[in-house]
Amino acid sequence: MFSFIASRVLQAIPVMLAVALISFAMFAYVGDPIAIMLGQDFTEAQRARLVEELGLDQPFWVQFAHFIVNAIQGEFGLSYRLSRPVAQLIGERAPATLELAFCAAFLALLVGVPMGVYTGLYRHSWLSRFFLTFSLIGVSLPTFLIGILLILIFSVWLGLLPSFGRGDVVQLGWWSTGFLTLSGIKALILPSITLGLFQLTLIMRLVRAEMLEVLRTDYIKFARARGLSNRAVNFGHALKNTLVPVITIVGLQLGALIAFAIVTETVFQWPGMGLLFIQSVGAADIPVMAAYLMMIAAVFVGINLIVDLLYYAVDPRLRVGRGGH
Amino acid sequence: MEAALRRVFDSDLWWSFTRSPVVVLSAVVALVCILGALLAPLIAPHNPFDLASLNLSDAFKPPAWDAEGEGLYPLGTDDQGRDVLSAIMYGARVSLLVGFSATIFAMLLGVLVGLLAGYGGGFSDAVLMRIADIQLTFPSILIALLVDGVVRAALPREVHDQIALFVVIFAIGISEWPKFARTVRGSTLVERNKEYVQAARVIGVPSWRIMLSHVLPNVLGPVLVVATLNLALAILSEATLSFLGVGVPPTQPSLGTLIRIGNDFLMSGEWWITIFPGVALIVMVLSVNLLGDWLRDALNPKLR
Amino acid sequence: MGRLLLAAMLAMWGFAGIAGAQTVRWAASGDPNTLDPHSQNVGTVAMVLQQIYDPLIARTPELRLAPGLALRWEQQEPTRWRFWLRPGVRFHEGQEFTAEDVVFSLARALAPTSNFGIYVDTVERAQVVEPLVVDIVLKRPDPILPNKLASVFMMSRAWAEAHNATRPQNTRAREEMFTVRNANGTGAFRLAAREPDVRTVMQRNRNWWGWQEPASREANIQELVFRPIAADATRIAALLSGEVDFVLDPPLQDLARLRAAQGIRVLEGPEVRTIFLAMDVDRSELLYSDVRGRNPFRDLRVRQALYHAIDIQAIHRTTMRGQSAVTGTLFPEQVNGYAHEEDVRLPFDAERARSLLAAAGYPQGFQVTLDCPNNRYINDEQICQAVAAMWSRIGVRTQVNAMPLAPFFAKIQRDDTSVYLLGWGVPTLDALYSFQSLLASRNGEQGDGIWNYGRYSNPRMDALVQRMKTESGAGRMAAIREALHLYREDVPHIPLHHQMIPWAMRTSLAIPHMANNQPYFRWARMN
Repeated sequence: MFSFIASRVLQAIPVMLAVALISFAMFAYVGDPIAIMLGQDFTEAQRARLVEELGLDQPFWVQFAHFIVNAIQGEFGLSYRLSRPVAQLIGERAPATLELAFCAAFLALLVGVPMGVYTGLYRHSWLSRFFLTFSLIGVSLPTFLIGILLILIFSVWLGLLPSFGRGDVVQLGWWSTGFLTLSGIKALILPSITLGLFQLTLIMRLVRAEMLEVLRTDYIKFARARGLSNRAVNFGHALKNTLVPVITIVGLQLGALIAFAIVTETVFQWPGMGLLFIQSVGAADIPVMAAYLMMIAAVFVGINLIVDLLYYAVDPRLRVGRGGH
Repeated sequence: MEAALRRVFDSDLWWSFTRSPVVVLSAVVALVCILGALLAPLIAPHNPFDLASLNLSDAFKPPAWDAEGEGLYPLGTDDQGRDVLSAIMYGARVSLLVGFSATIFAMLLGVLVGLLAGYGGGFSDAVLMRIADIQLTFPSILIALLVDGVVRAALPREVHDQIALFVVIFAIGISEWPKFARTVRGSTLVERNKEYVQAARVIGVPSWRIMLSHVLPNVLGPVLVVATLNLALAILSEATLSFLGVGVPPTQPSLGTLIRIGNDFLMSGEWWITIFPGVALIVMVLSVNLLGDWLRDALNPKLR
Repeated sequence: MGRLLLAAMLAMWGFAGIAGAQTVRWAASGDPNTLDPHSQNVGTVAMVLQQIYDPLIARTPELRLAPGLALRWEQQEPTRWRFWLRPGVRFHEGQEFTAEDVVFSLARALAPTSNFGIYVDTVERAQVVEPLVVDIVLKRPDPILPNKLASVFMMSRAWAEAHNATRPQNTRAREEMFTVRNANGTGAFRLAAREPDVRTVMQRNRNWWGWQEPASREANIQELVFRPIAADATRIAALLSGEVDFVLDPPLQDLARLRAAQGIRVLEGPEVRTIFLAMDVDRSELLYSDVRGRNPFRDLRVRQALYHAIDIQAIHRTTMRGQSAVTGTLFPEQVNGYAHEEDVRLPFDAERARSLLAAAGYPQGFQVTLDCPNNRYINDEQICQAVAAMWSRIGVRTQVNAMPLAPFFAKIQRDDTSVYLLGWGVPTLDALYSFQSLLASRNGEQGDGIWNYGRYSNPRMDALVQRMKTESGAGRMAAIREALHLYREDVPHIPLHHQMIPWAMRTSLAIPHMANNQPYFRWARMN
């Protein structure tokens, strides 16, 4: 067991290094932070001095090595655009993105699972067909279009929900939450729907497929033969078994949600990490972009690791040895 | 030739195809889209990207059925006087081109890797699938953003614009290959242990031949399903990248680019600039998804 | 229970965005990236800072000079000006404002990492004469010193020293500079809260010296909440739905809708910013064209042809939706030195353009790339595309290379361009600023030709710029007039228009429109 964990962890390191190299190299060539920092009027002398201060004239590998050493300590330097420590910036924005992702995932589960169960159980009812059509359209719509249309309908025409921002947030220590104010909750609705729609359709289809599979298995047939009520069969046996792969997929998708939030945050001006990333790309703000990528990679690798460990704990076949694939 | 055609029309697949009017409709729509896009230079009423033919005074014309519209521009014009209908046809062309190319690229790469992993087994299997797994944990959009960003940053702007189309295709393709690889690997593993393959090995047929002529035909079904569903995803990915501004170059706008440009005008009353390309995109992706769904159900032996 | 319900209802109303009277929630597309008064010379930073900080010399709603923190000033010798300061002024945190602070602030603006060097380029140093009298010693005579000083904010020396912020930007430090998120000025509003990219809250400074001035007597704003909203559509949606009261930069395509909307007013006015195209007239072969062995832009006829090819009225009507002041000169009338007789364009004449091209030896036209920012000026990318189409019509096949401001500036500042679009503001409101930066030869002197990326170089122009720097009175005005005439003759640039900036707000808000695109809420009234 220990070797399993160790091997997984060791495999994560080259991935992180590769991401670090890519993010650093890539953004070392984008735009010119000097122009951003010094603005419209500056002389060559001022420029040269700033280049030297920032260490931008040193060879690539030296800069990269410094970058890695600092990154491990959580030190990503100052943002070129905002002149503030990058770690602090990301830390400030993280709650916004995480709350959004969480809400989107929650919404997707809350609506997607029952829809999936229903369409799995009652394959041919008209409501099932409606759900399936709805899910198909949901999968065919790009996220940004959904957001734009929702704003048009609910914000401009109906005036019910805010079209941008997080509303009023309450600061709980380091975390800022929008859950404790009415405006915060209202502001969460449209972005969560936008972000979660794709998830929702995915979950619905997954649950449906799993339900169909499970309902055909032998032990379900036996349970029915024993005379168990439909309800007991469906919810007691079938649903339980569909939930395991669903939970795993949701866990993996949580990382995807954080990344997809880039588009949603852009449309809704949501002050999260995704918007920070896009703003940094536009302003050639190297430190922020590099830090964001590294952090996302760390999150994904971390989630992957946890899922692997969970599988290990749950699936006895893995413990015995290879095989069984 | 006739015998082959008859085989097709007699097959279960065709029967299930014709059974569902929705699927037939989506196939027709998809065909229309593809043809319209392919033949755009020939049948589009204007060439919206020939700068010398644009007339700024014709900008912001609403669709022809509106009081201020003109028959010359059936779906209206955008902020530079470009005809929206022609722009959609050219844009769909780019969207489909990127979508198909990226999917084919991902398919070729994924199938190759999957065959090698499944057939070779052992170390190569472990390494290749590990790479695929790791990449699968990253959302494809992020990988596409990354690849596009790296190339964009590494090359000067003019060079990048020339090859931007290939970069986008490469980026999306690279982000999608693991799905193909996994599917093919699974099927290959199953096939590998079958008797006819083992018999062939005993005879001395080289591995690559076995893979190509025996294993491959049997894994094509699932690959086709994955490919169709991925096509829709690829088109959406390209639209998202273009919407964010990091996709195809501005000289070859896709539907995503058109939506981005039109978005600024959506709420000020010039809705046609973004809505029509949006509808075109949705229709295209929807029909591909419907086809993919049908294909998956039709090819799934357990549902018959 | 009833009270609880009432409180809850009031809270809900509050959250729904119906703010108390005299709180102005205002939005613009950009957010200031720092609150340091000498760090960034950019409009987005100034728009917040000028609520909080004061300069020695203020501007009236008509953009004329008026007493600010200095009550009067006199040029005592050619290179020495004396300023008498306003008594009884305190900074928001309580420090008294004295001549020490003036000396400190000017030295800070002169620092290498300050971005405000252009406003103090002739200043050698400042000296305390008495607690409320300060002398500014110049390196050379400067007739427009007051114009420049109107842009330099005064900081408290004690406060800056206490917080280790004596230099405008400290890039070596790992910690953020205190002044990035904190401010302590003498202005009409004090900083209450700052969340970068989210919101900035300012509250009325009851002790401000200017509340009794005529322009501020009716002003009643108690609180300012600034929110950056980058997406055009979102910004307008927020105004229409009542979430904000004032939008500094409404997108042009939404103006008709805004004018028609209930309770919303659009205040229009000119901005002191001129949009023009600049061409590389120096190289022997253009970098981004298909012409080999010669540079078409070096030929006056080609430049004139490109000028004639532009149908500026079509751009005015369609691209700018009527929100532009078409021009044929370098700067608008609010700038000292403007001459109406020189504000004449070459007329739109595509035929003439083609024949000029042919006469210059380009009967088949040629290819060229136009560099353009896409997120800085109003409809900048659309203007470039329209121009590209018009040039293509006469045979100059143009490709537009649009990019965000950061890479755009980086590119043109490397002289890596053949023709580009630029929008030029004149914060000193005097002609010298434009001529010196844009048209003087680049010779290494501070300020000369630092934005002249077409590398136009004409000794006649340089001589005229020199006169503008040193002469005063009628002689200086004559030099400016001559330079404007030369500008028309030589066509180093193709001027397009001055920007008009509409402001959109609720009808209950009254605020004078300013040509420098700065909302002075100290003069605003919310009914």
